[in-house]
This record gives sequence, structure tokens and C-alpha cells, in this order.
Amino acid sequence: MERKNKPKIAVWKFASCDGCQLSLLDCEDELLTVAEAVEIAYFPEATSVSVKGPYDVSLVEGSITTQHDAERIHRVRRASKVLITIGACATAGGIQALRNFKDTKALTAMVYANPKYIETLSKSTPIADHVFVDFELRGCPISKKQLLEVIGAYLDGRKPITPHYSVCVECKRRGTPCVMVAHGTPCLGPVTQAGCNALCPAYQRGCFGCFGPAEVPNTRALAEQWKVLGKSPQDLVRIFRTFNAYADAFRKESDVHES
Amino acid sequence: MFMKANGTPTTRTLKVDILARVEGEGSLYVKLKGDAITDIKFKIFEPPRLFEGFLRGRAYSEAPDITARICGICPVAYQMSAVYAMERALNVKVDPAIRALRRLLYCGEWIESHVLHIYMLHAPDFLGYPDALTLAKDYPDAVKRGLTLKKIGNEIVRVLGGREIHPINVRVGGFYHVPTKRELQPLLEQLKWARDAAFATAEWAGTLPIPAFEYDYEFVALHHPDEYPLCEGRLVSNKGVNIDIEDFEQHFIEEHVAHSNALHSVIKGRGMYHVGPLARYNLNYDQLTPLAQEAAAAGGLKRICTNPFQTIVVRAVETVYACDHAIDIIEQYEPPPSPAAIVTPGAGTGWGVTEAPRGFLYHRYRLDYTGAILDARIVPPTAQNQKIIEDDLRRYVAGHLQLSDEDLTLQCEQVIRNYDPCISCATHFLKLVVDRT
Repeated sequence: MERKNKPKIAVWKFASCDGCQLSLLDCEDELLTVAEAVEIAYFPEATSVSVKGPYDVSLVEGSITTQHDAERIHRVRRASKVLITIGACATAGGIQALRNFKDTKALTAMVYANPKYIETLSKSTPIADHVFVDFELRGCPISKKQLLEVIGAYLDGRKPITPHYSVCVECKRRGTPCVMVAHGTPCLGPVTQAGCNALCPAYQRGCFGCFGPAEVPNTRALAEQWKVLGKSPQDLVRIFRTFNAYADAFRKESDVHES
Repeated sequence: MFMKANGTPTTRTLKVDILARVEGEGSLYVKLKGDAITDIKFKIFEPPRLFEGFLRGRAYSEAPDITARICGICPVAYQMSAVYAMERALNVKVDPAIRALRRLLYCGEWIESHVLHIYMLHAPDFLGYPDALTLAKDYPDAVKRGLTLKKIGNEIVRVLGGREIHPINVRVGGFYHVPTKRELQPLLEQLKWARDAAFATAEWAGTLPIPAFEYDYEFVALHHPDEYPLCEGRLVSNKGVNIDIEDFEQHFIEEHVAHSNALHSVIKGRGMYHVGPLARYNLNYDQLTPLAQEAAAAGGLKRICTNPFQTIVVRAVETVYACDHAIDIIEQYEPPPSPAAIVTPGAGTGWGVTEAPRGFLYHRYRLDYTGAILDARIVPPTAQNQKIIEDDLRRYVAGHLQLSDEDLTLQCEQVIRNYDPCISCATHFLKLVVDRT
């Protein structure tokens, strides 16, 4: 049924790799249908059209790393009825939050010959540290299926159904033998939120935490098991510090093993 | 010439604060006083993410997954440059079947990225539409063909890499899991359709209104005697460069300019150079498959192409090549004895150069005796093209001063999109402002 006023969707980018918003363009089968159902009012990666707000749904990718962006996110919030953050950068600060554990000035000097030209904050922070977020969609990158579910849910005025349990549940459901138990491969699956359909174990690889901490993750017990499998404290610091390094549970656990 | 009533030259400022249909955030600023261009900046304001800084201290084995996060559009390119560099540092030899699978994975990324750019980012420019969704209303068959073709590219990456964006299956030494012959079979039928669709894309791109805009560029790309370059070869140019990849930093330097968060690359003592599909095509035409050469002719390309607006045709030709090559790899495929070569961590320095869809991507790592990264250097394609893009803009604006600010701005954006700039990569990078005084 043709709706009178199509809901207006905007896609915003902060510090990120563009992969999560690309997920929308990667919905090759659904893209033209989605475009029929909604008005894509602002999405610079895909269109030159730019319609003024307010927007019914804003999808926000990326983390806050500059003073300019720290101010811009407030303007995005004011123009949006619903604000949904997409991906590890927006929900946890992303890989660029590795700076939060180091001296950003020194890092900048390593990359740029004239660091004085570079304006950047000392920390990379998730969107929810700055404004109220209606829903957070995890993943590095997000899952296309979850993205369509979340957009659909908000357009229908219901709550999105995305799991908070761990990757282990998905492995069991897929029938993938446990890589830690069966062949001693260290895996972050027990403490990582589901959403990828337990991809890595299906490829004989241990989970490395793309979707961030699951609900009540027992990171300490898992770290002990990793030690049994021969991993050093330095290894443990590194494995908890990747794309979701600044997510609370992973950050705290990594700090424990840093000497 | 634009004049005020009293005869003094007018100032015109053309600006685009956020360039659309490019990957990442950049802007354009052009300032004109009468017929004189007083300033042109193709600016990268994507925030710096400092990858080379935080790679220090990470394990050699982490580089493919970490550097993939530089770019969601071409993660395979980052993974490939990283694994090649690490294997060179650690003296690892991989099985020929692993090498073939890597080329197959890369073909998937070329198809996906090129087709995204052709149909969704670039074609709307030539036909006067704001995006592919609007284009689809008048050209439904073309856009649907594009979407299906792109999906097949993504499908290759998904089967081999686990997922389309930030694949999980690539490791130093090979893969975590290699497909059986049977797992690759379903791709074969899809690729045969894709090869025809890519050929039709080259013919279609050839019918687009392409402005005359030739220039004697210095093109730089990998060159391999036996195959169109993806992962291996020497770096060569049409003006005398012919070096082993490990000598890259002796011949190419990066300059950091104030208006950009990207580093500009130049050839020492000579200046700017052009990387990407046009460079590869001109330097490696003979290595294309006969069908890809036929597609080039069908799209109106000559043996040498020096018009950046024709990159849309060259991308289609490379898509034909990628489909052709992928079919060949799958038909010849026998699984390797082991999914990965054994890697022994140790000290060393390694270089990796592979051809990302938008140009070659250089990685260099120095490792300590435990295999931890002491320092890293990454030179992405868009940073290398940034100076060329500004120069193209300068020449284009100078030749089109009679246009209105609005038309000139639109066409300047198109000049930039010729390069499929990936700004997320280059930041380590764009807003158009045209300022006419």
C-alpha cells in the first residue's frame, strides 16, 4: 500500500571505514524495495540529493574523534526522531579507540610529518557518550540482516529483535563443533555478542570479537582458559583490544592483563 | 569572462562541503578571479584514524584484520598487501593453489567495487541523475544488471572470505579454511552470466557522453609478465619507473600539506603520478584476456587511453577480466594440501604492493624477533592520486569558465569521481568550494 508520506531516512558518517553504510548498498536484492518504502533524504555516499530534516530515522556510522564532530552529532540528534548507531565505531569507538590507551600526540607524530596540521581529540568515543541513542546495532561490520530488521522494526513502530546472547549459541544452532574444546583454538565466542552467525568457528578460526561484549560476559574465566591454551598476558591485552577495545567489559579485561 | 557592470573581473567561489557518491568525506574549493584560478583544493577532512601508529606493538598475524578496517570498500586489498608484506618479511612461500584463491578473492572485490562505482556512483553523473535509485526509474534494466553483477562479486568474497565486508578467512600464510571444488561450483554458473553482463556494461559505458579531456599522465602500476596485475609484479610507469616494490620509498615520497588529512605522494624529482584502472590498463593491456580486450574495443577504447572520464569503461573492462579470470581459476582449482603455510615469527622487513580497485596499495612492516610490528607504513591509492585530481580540476575549470557556477561545480565533482576516490583510505583524506573573485 502506498503510504502518503514516506518516512525520511538519513545516513551520517563520523570516523569510520564506510563499511557499515556500504552494508545498505550491499543489500542488492532489497535496495530498490527499501527505496520504494522510504525517502532516502540524506546519504552522501549514495546520492547527491540532500533533503532538510527533521528525519524519521537517522543511521549513524563512526565514532567521535574531533571537536567538530563532537558538535555535529548534537545537530544530527536534534534533526532526528530516532537515532540508531551502526557498527563498532559508533557503538564502542572502533579500532581508532586504540588511541585511548596511548598518547595520541605521539601517535599523530608517527603518521604525519606535520602533526600541527592535524586536529584530533585524544580519545575516540562512541556516539552514546555524546547524545541519547535510541538503538545500537553492533558489529565490525554490522550484519545486513540485522540492519534490515532494525530499519523495518522502526518503520513498523516495534522493537527490533537482535540477540544479546553469545556467539556460542549460534555455533550450537549451526552445529559447529566448539573450536576451543575440539582443537584447542582460543576463541572469544563465549563473551562476544551473537550477530555474525558464528562465522569464524565455521571457518575453523576462533572468534575475535567483532560484535563486542555479550550480555554479562565472563571475560575473566575465558582469559584463564586462554592462558591454559598457552596465551601470554600480552596476547590477552591484544585480543581484547581490537575493534571493540573501548567497550566496557573488553576494556576492563584488557587492563587487568596489562603489566 | 565573468565581469561586473563596471568591467572589473568578478570573484566566483565554487564549493561543495560534502562531496556525494564518494567513499568517505571530502570537499572541493575553487576560487576564481575573472579567468584566473587563484585557489583549488581537493580537501580530505575525514578524521585521522592513526593506523600506522597503533599497529606498532601488534603481532604480525594481526595486520590483515586490523588494516582491513581502514576501508570497508576494499578490505581485501588491505588484507592482500598485508599478507604479502608479512610473508616477504618472514620468508614464507605459499602453495600455488593458495595464490590462485587469493586472486579469486581479489577478483570478487574488483567486481563488487568496480560495479558499485560504475552504476551507483559514476553513471548518474554522465546521465544527469542524483543517484542510482533515480536512475533506476528510467534505466531499470541497466541498474538491475549492475546490482546483480555487484552481488556476484560480493558472493565470491563471501564464499572465500566468510563475509563481504572485512572477510575473516585471510591469514598470513594462506587461509583458515579453503573451499572444496564443490563449494566453488555454484559460483561458476553465476560468473558465466556475470561475464556477459560485464561485457554489456562495457558496451553501455561506451555509449555514455564522455567529455574530451586527454592528458599526458605518468601512469604507475604493477606489471607482471604473465598476468594482469593483482598481487605481484614490479612497479612500472610509462615514463621510466621500473623497480622492485621494496625500492618504492626510494623513488616515491609523501608530502603532508596543510589543507588535507591525507599525505600527497610524488615521484622524487618528477612530481605527481596517476594510479588506478587507467594506469593498469595502459601498462598491462597485453595481459588482459582476449575477451576483455574485445570489451575494451566494444566500449570505444583504444590501446592507450588518457582520458580519465573513460575510466568508467576501463572499470567495466577490468570487470570482464575479473569474471574471466575467476572462471579460469575455479575451473583449474585443486585444493591445496594445507589451508596455510607454516609461518615462523621472527625479525625482518617486508613489502607488499597489490592493486586495489582504485590503484596500488603499498604496505611495509618491520618486525622484531617475536614477530611484533616495530613500524608500519601504508600508502593508499587515493593519497597517491590526490595531486593528479587537483591538477585535473585546475585544467578542467580553466577550460570551462563559461559555465554557470552550478554546472561547473557539478562537473568538477565528476572530475573527482573519475578517480573513485576512497577518502576513508586516504586519511590517513574531500569538500568542493568554487570561489570566484
